[in-house]
Amino acid sequence: MGYKFLVQILPANSSPSEQSLVSISQVIPQKVSYNFDVKPILSDKCFACHGPDANTREADLRLDTHDGLFNTLIQSPDKKAVVPSEPDKSEIIQKIFSDDPKIQMPPMDSNLSLTQIEKEIIYQWIEQGAPFSEHWAYISPVKPKIGKPHFPHWEENPIDWYIGRKIHQRRWSPSRLADKETLLRRVYFDLTGLPPTIEAIDAFLADDSDDAYLKVVDNLLESPEYGERMASIWLDISRYADTHGYQDDLERFMWPWRDWVIHAYNENLPYDQFITWQLAGDLLPNPTKEQILATGFNRNHSITQEGGVIPEEYRVEYVADRANTTARSLLGITLECARCHDHKYDAISQEEFYGFFGFFNKVDEKGLIDYGEFPKPRIPINKEIATQDFPFIHFPDSIGEFYLMVMEDSPGIRQTHILDRGQYDAPTKVVAPKTPEAILPFTDEFQNNRLGLANWLFNDENPLTARVTVNRLWQQFFGRGLVATPDDFGNQGANPTHPDLLDYLAYTFQFEDQWDTKNFIKRIVLSATYRQSSSIVQEHKIIDPQNTYLTYFPRYRLSAEMIRDNALATSGLLVSKIGGPSVKPPQPEGLWKEKGGNGLVEYIPDGGQAKYRRSLYTFWKRTVPPPNMLIFDAAYRDFCTVERQKTSTPLQSLVLMNDPQFTQPAEYLVDSYDHVIQNGSLNELLTLLYRSITCRKPDFEELQHLIEFYNSTLKLDSLETEILETKMEINSKLNRSALIEVARLIYNLDITTQKS
Amino acid sequence: MGFGIGGLALGYLLDPLDFGKERSSVVDMLQKGSLSLPHFAPKAKRIIYLFQSGGPSQLDLFDYKPMLNQNRGMDLPESVRMGQRLTGMTSGQQNFPLTGSIYEFAQYGESRAWLSELLPYIGKISDELCFVKSMHTDAINHDPAITFFQTGSQLPGRPSFGSWMSYGLGSLNNDLPSFIVMLSKGTGRAVAQPLYSRLWGNGFLSSLHQGVQFRAGKDPVLYLKNPDGVSKLERRHMLDYLAKINHQHADEFGDEQILDRIAQYEMAFRMQTSVPEVMDIKNEPDSVLQMYGPDSLKPSTYASNCILARRLIEKDVRFVQLYHVGWDQHENLPAEVKRQAKDVDQPTAALILDLKQRGLLEDTLVIWGGEFGRTNYSQGILTDIDYGRDHHPRCFTIFMAGGGIKPGITYGQTDDLGYNIAENPMHVHDLQATILHLFGIDHQQMTYKYQGRRFRLTDVHGNVHQKILA
Repeated sequence: MGYKFLVQILPANSSPSEQSLVSISQVIPQKVSYNFDVKPILSDKCFACHGPDANTREADLRLDTHDGLFNTLIQSPDKKAVVPSEPDKSEIIQKIFSDDPKIQMPPMDSNLSLTQIEKEIIYQWIEQGAPFSEHWAYISPVKPKIGKPHFPHWEENPIDWYIGRKIHQRRWSPSRLADKETLLRRVYFDLTGLPPTIEAIDAFLADDSDDAYLKVVDNLLESPEYGERMASIWLDISRYADTHGYQDDLERFMWPWRDWVIHAYNENLPYDQFITWQLAGDLLPNPTKEQILATGFNRNHSITQEGGVIPEEYRVEYVADRANTTARSLLGITLECARCHDHKYDAISQEEFYGFFGFFNKVDEKGLIDYGEFPKPRIPINKEIATQDFPFIHFPDSIGEFYLMVMEDSPGIRQTHILDRGQYDAPTKVVAPKTPEAILPFTDEFQNNRLGLANWLFNDENPLTARVTVNRLWQQFFGRGLVATPDDFGNQGANPTHPDLLDYLAYTFQFEDQWDTKNFIKRIVLSATYRQSSSIVQEHKIIDPQNTYLTYFPRYRLSAEMIRDNALATSGLLVSKIGGPSVKPPQPEGLWKEKGGNGLVEYIPDGGQAKYRRSLYTFWKRTVPPPNMLIFDAAYRDFCTVERQKTSTPLQSLVLMNDPQFTQPAEYLVDSYDHVIQNGSLNELLTLLYRSITCRKPDFEELQHLIEFYNSTLKLDSLETEILETKMEINSKLNRSALIEVARLIYNLDITTQKS
Repeated sequence: MGFGIGGLALGYLLDPLDFGKERSSVVDMLQKGSLSLPHFAPKAKRIIYLFQSGGPSQLDLFDYKPMLNQNRGMDLPESVRMGQRLTGMTSGQQNFPLTGSIYEFAQYGESRAWLSELLPYIGKISDELCFVKSMHTDAINHDPAITFFQTGSQLPGRPSFGSWMSYGLGSLNNDLPSFIVMLSKGTGRAVAQPLYSRLWGNGFLSSLHQGVQFRAGKDPVLYLKNPDGVSKLERRHMLDYLAKINHQHADEFGDEQILDRIAQYEMAFRMQTSVPEVMDIKNEPDSVLQMYGPDSLKPSTYASNCILARRLIEKDVRFVQLYHVGWDQHENLPAEVKRQAKDVDQPTAALILDLKQRGLLEDTLVIWGGEFGRTNYSQGILTDIDYGRDHHPRCFTIFMAGGGIKPGITYGQTDDLGYNIAENPMHVHDLQATILHLFGIDHQQMTYKYQGRRFRLTDVHGNVHQKILA
């Protein structure tokens, strides 16, 4: 029996006009891939009952393995779920196309259903012989071959070849390169988190040499601000904060670890060492003090001080947090889903969760800490120690000794058990430290501890570490990873939009760049793909709304840190001092106090220069984070965050319009042009303001709007304050308050808050 | 219907995995909510959640246990405790002397609801209320317990109840956020356990759905007030020109999301008017102010927040959440709970009456309750006039009114010693499922896919309790 297709199926290579109004996911590829087309459907709609978790498996049927798909069914030995090339004999087809509620899969009560396209994909895959392969992300990347350029004048490096091939297949073209002003601002933000100065823009505009851009990139990668930019991303991943979190949320002192992160990035410590030190610096042979300090990474999780909690319950949380952070950020696996039962979608058993957990479970630590306590294990830090052992720590004279939390194993302290339903008080079987088998077996060549784990992560055969890392770096520049779910490379994660590019980048980073982050980043920013114009190509957008083809550079809002830093930097207020303790710029009064408690309730804003430090130094109280950053989607830092949201809300408009942190720069900037105000023309001044803030020259129309706005604001002021005559008298020179309004307007422009 | 705090959203709010799916317009998404909700006809449209942070003592307020008074001082039998884990504050205690309340109890209204003498005003409206005496929870400490009530999970990171509602149902008004939070500090304890802004956080949902805190004072929403010297007229003027230049750039980049941002500025501007207006309670008639009691005009009190809650509901705000802190009576309970009860008794009753008089109670659900209950034995030394009570997760009382809840009933019972539930246990997830049901939402179907998993407010649990529905 055959099934009638209800949807119009368009092969991927049909002509552009045929495809004109069909979005890419509505097209069934000519050759259906199990990994990329079929399994995502099975995983999302079937695995919960027919997947890896044996305890909830229905009808003894599993669809996540080769045997389950193709062998005879345990409960119906005369049938098979899938009979290659014979969809109508395949039980799965009978079930998913059935209208009978008793037969139909997924069943009604699952609240899941297959779309017509999804059914069609499964049908065609079987018809095409049902080719099967293991999960793509668990197969080590090999270096794919590169052919002739598709767009000879466009392809600067292999990245462009892969991007170009897909664009070419679609019979599209990439965009022209961005203009120099736009490109410069883009690469400044991406590499340093800060905008270029007018002088830097002028120098770049004036430099006609072929390597003008290359010189800029090299300079930026060598600038200390590069380390700050990279660190601000790493702080989200490592859930860095200046307080302990949970209910009481008192202060902790981990900022020297942040200084180390900035230092490590600026020194371009190879990524494998950067991670190994943080995971297992203490276990390296004859570790240096710096390597031990780096392990503070795994102590950045929250620690409770709520009197009356059961300490063991929380200690178990801390260990789980370390395991989850490592798995999520470095391996792109949702390990935590296997804490209470086997993973529902991926090949990770509950036992493997606790095996991974075991690496982090040998620390002699407390679940509940007192007020004012510096939790062990720890190392002392004071001015003298910092000067002698940690020259990269910016230790102020005014601060006395304190302790920094680090990792230290106490062998024999406890065994790791599987915890039934994830409960701290329900230990069952003892398990040894190990990693999920399906990724790469944890053989005897690896030590049974965190150092073994680090070595396993950076083993040549590990299929995930490099892919996950290059994907995250890609996301840093393009706003979205080649895998759109940077913390999930499993069955429920997104497919890579460019699998071969992902593998090329992973292979190159691991084996050719030898984990050299700066070199790798340089590959990205030098590519023509990265240097494209960000004007949206409307014909492409209809079909590819997320711009996965990258036929133009994607525009995204600047991060919370960048938005504030931009206001400080463009106005000249920014204090560019690297490192040191966190600072407290002004915030609305009473925010800490009104939440109650008797610990850290007084927010005493810093004065002087500390008000104008970069935002990655802003004091982070987990339970009441700085509101003007939270409003711009900064992470709470309760847990590891690999990707922030990118929203647009009215509260953001209020911050930009009214927060003194944003209105004051406008005043400061105007005042810094006092000499022009006295002697220059309105056009000149408005151009300066516009260029300072947006990094581009106003065109005629923009300038006309600004002039009109300035003049009408003057009139408005006069009407409102009824001091018309006074205004007229001083009309010979420019009006400061109207200029400030102009500057505020420019600070609120979309192009100011976006990376174009 | 209009769009709420979200105004217009960006495309990438949507499930990243659904990138090819044809998208309904963003305006639609926020007007109607993100899902095709409600699943069935709703009874309630709006909600006021009066969260009593700290764990009010059900035994001194609602759950009358004469047996406890008769057995005062007797050690809690292990046959009753049945291995229930204790917090670190009493786990070291040698014995657990039972104690009833030193306050008198009486029955009120036609429903004959039992209430302590500390709640005379609540007593007067008891026929409007549904008392649930059989609430229970999994957590025994504040942070995990409050987080559990607010997000369905004990650990931080999931979306708050109000965020789920905003996500699922959208907003009912054009000028105000759909999820608004206000805080007040009780007079019971000098230092109460603190709150955390993540309790009203959006978790993995879009930050369009985050709770927006309203505060007393000149800046009722953070950054609402124009900079000194900038008038409303000037602000309007700036926004007009901002829009002109932004429009130019929308053309230049072909980026329609710039138009979204223009709309966000307009919403912000409307909030600059609508929020101060709604927060100004000075023009409420004296009769209303008197009804809410002597604290009505004192900013940041529970009473003034109750008046504000009613005003926000009148403006069709979807979810108003008050937190009143200070209910954590480990010691010195009789004196503290008396003050704490006085804070809330009259204003809570007034709020419910006020809503009723305005015809709003019918489709506005009001919930009063804390994160857990308190023990039937004394924490610390029991004296003739003094005792304390530790946290107790196994049973406690909340009450509800309006919005499709059956009025004038008491649901569920505890045992004679007030330690375990004897009848109709209602778990936190059950309460959440039942509330969602009143809003026409099947709690199993309101999901959000994040990190490959479909998350629900009720996790994988929750049963609707039909018996308390009108």
